[in-house]
Amino acid sequence: MTLTHHTPDDADTPGQAEQTPAVSRADVASQWQLMWWRFKRHRLAMISAIIVLLIYLVAVFAEFLAPAPPGQTSTRHTYAPPQGINLFVADAEGGWRFLPHVNGYQVEIDPVAIRRTFVVDPDAVIPIGLFVRSEPYLLMGFIPMERRLIGPVDPGDPFYLLGADRLGRDMLSRIIHGARVSMSIGLVGVAVSLLLGVLLGGLSGYYGGRIDDIIQRVIEFLKAIPTIPLWMGLAAAIPRDWAPLTVYFVITVLISLIGWTSLAREVRGRFLSMKTEDFVAAARLDGAGELRIIMRHMAPSFISHIIATLTLAIPAMILAETALSFLGIGLRPPVVSWGVLLQEAQNVRSVSTAPWLLIPGLAVVVSVLSLNFLGDGLRDAADPYAH
Amino acid sequence: MDTGATVTSQQQHGKRRTAGLTRGDTALEVRNLETHFALRTGTLKAVDDVSFTLRRGETLCVVGESGSGKSVTARSILQTVPQPGRVVGGEVLLHGSGDDPDGVVDLAALDPRGRAIRAIRGREIAMIFQEPMSSLSPVHTIGSQIAEALKLHTNLDKPARRARIIDLLRRVEIPDPEQTIDRYPFEYSGGMRQRAMIAMALACNPSILIADEPTTALDVTTQAEILDLIGELQDEFGMAVMFITHDMGVVAEIADQVCVMKLGKMVEAGPVEDLFHAPAHPYSRMLIGSAVKLEQPAAAKIEMRARGDGAGGGPRVILRAERLCKEFVSRKGFFGAEARVVRAIDDADLALHEGETLGVVGESGSGKTTLGRCLLRMVEPSAGRITYHGRDGVPIDVTALDKRGLRRLYRDIRMIFQDPFGSLNPRMTVAHLIGEPLLLMGWKPRAIKDRVADLLERVGLSAGHMERYPHAFSGGQRQRISIARALAPEPRLIIADEATSALDVSIRAQVLDLLLSLQGQMQLSFIFISHDISVIRYFCDRVAVMYRGRIVETGPAMQVCDHPQHAYTKALLSAVPRPDPRQRRIHTRHRYVAEDHASTEMMEAR
Repeated sequence: MTLTHHTPDDADTPGQAEQTPAVSRADVASQWQLMWWRFKRHRLAMISAIIVLLIYLVAVFAEFLAPAPPGQTSTRHTYAPPQGINLFVADAEGGWRFLPHVNGYQVEIDPVAIRRTFVVDPDAVIPIGLFVRSEPYLLMGFIPMERRLIGPVDPGDPFYLLGADRLGRDMLSRIIHGARVSMSIGLVGVAVSLLLGVLLGGLSGYYGGRIDDIIQRVIEFLKAIPTIPLWMGLAAAIPRDWAPLTVYFVITVLISLIGWTSLAREVRGRFLSMKTEDFVAAARLDGAGELRIIMRHMAPSFISHIIATLTLAIPAMILAETALSFLGIGLRPPVVSWGVLLQEAQNVRSVSTAPWLLIPGLAVVVSVLSLNFLGDGLRDAADPYAH
Repeated sequence: MDTGATVTSQQQHGKRRTAGLTRGDTALEVRNLETHFALRTGTLKAVDDVSFTLRRGETLCVVGESGSGKSVTARSILQTVPQPGRVVGGEVLLHGSGDDPDGVVDLAALDPRGRAIRAIRGREIAMIFQEPMSSLSPVHTIGSQIAEALKLHTNLDKPARRARIIDLLRRVEIPDPEQTIDRYPFEYSGGMRQRAMIAMALACNPSILIADEPTTALDVTTQAEILDLIGELQDEFGMAVMFITHDMGVVAEIADQVCVMKLGKMVEAGPVEDLFHAPAHPYSRMLIGSAVKLEQPAAAKIEMRARGDGAGGGPRVILRAERLCKEFVSRKGFFGAEARVVRAIDDADLALHEGETLGVVGESGSGKTTLGRCLLRMVEPSAGRITYHGRDGVPIDVTALDKRGLRRLYRDIRMIFQDPFGSLNPRMTVAHLIGEPLLLMGWKPRAIKDRVADLLERVGLSAGHMERYPHAFSGGQRQRISIARALAPEPRLIIADEATSALDVSIRAQVLDLLLSLQGQMQLSFIFISHDISVIRYFCDRVAVMYRGRIVETGPAMQVCDHPQHAYTKALLSAVPRPDPRQRRIHTRHRYVAEDHASTEMMEAR
């Protein structure tokens, strides 16, 4: 006995059985609508979806959002600590005036360690503003612009909201630019996995028999290879003189070489369970051909599951890229990715003097977590007809 | 050491508890029970003001259609209602619990997770469930699962427990209990699993047994045996039995008292004789009426045959199967274990005449579904010949058709499936579902729309339902959509595989009547596969009885139902409960044991 039988428009008691119940919104709702209603109820997934969306927006508009170009160095500000934003300045009469600003630095040399330390200089007021003028750049590589979202009013002033690194580059700008590579490597990798996984998994599940055996054994073989040594071996084989963009694509392919296997398993499982469904048999008896059965009758019921699985696969890709780059065998400077940024944090001494070098790790954690929660929510909503 | 003595004392203890209490003593009183489910959309009153009394030695049947709150009532008694359900009101008074014969405990007032109610579950009140497969753990032996209850509620030591379990298994007529005690549930057949469940329930001599549809998943002959067994055990132990069922035949067969439920409310309660012969509430009248209606052939069928439309077995044969065989070969084992061959259909001969309805009846595993699928070559037959006579009378060899030929054949022969939920793709609208065969035949969208509207009206739905998805419909309505889909390409023959089995009894008669009227309008022939003999009698002209892949008897429906020739048919018919408490006949039934399977019959794992 299921509870749903109690709902008024499902009552099958004689008398009211065959009457036309009033059309409710749910009666004419397609699976995507039902899934959306269900997904909305998953609060954590909704919040994660918004965060993921924001991260991707940041990645797309990186040049505009970042206060400085990622490669801009400043020898005077190596390892400069983060600055705080103040909104008011004291004026001569002792009152307060509204002026968003950061404070400049004073450098002191530690006579014992002969190390430079930065001290915030309360008198050095650097006014900042929104949509400030900057040197010209191309947004997304083709839109010429001369303004940035936030920055010092005078382009030459130091502005390090999240501190600076070894060469005095702005961490905030580098993290924002890193999002572009790190987040997109997940998408591109997943796209490659999707192609391989759906194709091979579908073949395996739909035809079964020998094809299935071969594909499954290949998957098992690939899964048995320890991934880090494999990646290390393959990445080491990439010639040093290749352009960063080429390396980026080769790394993506390497990562998705393993990633497609679990997706293929998922697709195969869906095919296997659906092959025996009555509605597939009914479609065959309606005279539908194989292609139509797959595309029209079977695909709609597993596409949602595939989307959920894909969402859960992206974090694995991001982590793989981060791990490879951290080890120095993935992407290399001048490309900026979170993994490359974390490479700077390998050194314990630099971490102790400049802990803000670890902030890219935080970015990885936030994006991986929210993608995981989003994937969980999608997976729960993927089959709105399950009881 | 002294195991024998311990067992005896335990049994005496059990006897002592029941001996002082005579038949008719109140065992359990339920007063104004209310169980609510707090749902997102509001509060659902699953049990709404239900009161009844269970007496020792008597059987109370709680009857109602799906969603009437029968099971929730049973679970409320033991406070095992699933989340988010909660007993919110009323009393459940258990009489004579523990050692005090006059003591009364209100179960509804106990903490659902507390020690007090746990001591009552399994000891004072035991429960049997519908699915014998899922209510037994597959990874423990039957013996160890029964031992669990004894461990919790008695202080018997290990050898004494084993002796008691073997004794229990023997009492529920499980053969070789000394060996079968160590077997796993998958080695038991469905009926034996249910027997093991009963043994488990009886382990602590409960004073009350709650059985929640215990025979619904079983074949009628097995059902009759289980009902018999419960009756005998009840006489022996003097238990009060609360039996939940949707089958009026079973109610008539075993009930002393009946309680009719509808949408969480108790609409009528009383002695079984009164209910069947003078039902007061219109809902009870409708339930009994639908059950009785299926006890004889449909009036519409007789009338139609008398008029001569849908000749009911005219001279022209439309489909013929000769010496049809289907063997399933289980794949060779990994280590070269021998492949097993199962003969699902064994030399079946079948002929269907134009305008006729042929019933195929048999128990689960008899091969009737495989037969239906073989006729359409959804399953390839291993041997034999199928001939279909087309509209122009030209015979077509179905077994030799290629893919295109089959596709053309599928316009003339259609299928209706059993499960109204699984056979309609939940992601397509009704219009798409019904229009699919027409679309594939190359119809224009506009013509399809008109045709779908017409078909919906024909099956008793409205054309306005076209844009809805299947989830907006109830089981009976979904089956009507399936029928409309089958009718779409104007077929001549419909193979219906258990098309009404998943439906409540009142809806079942409505769907059968619909099929009959469509048969008259559209000159249809039917092959109607069912395990339910009353549906066959109501709907079919001729019947083929299947047993273990073989057709053992074929003949006119009335003749087979009233004067069966084959011993198996006789046994099958004698086990069917009739919805009339004055004609209880389960005790006069007989078992059929096939000659060549006599020894394996009981131990057969399904």
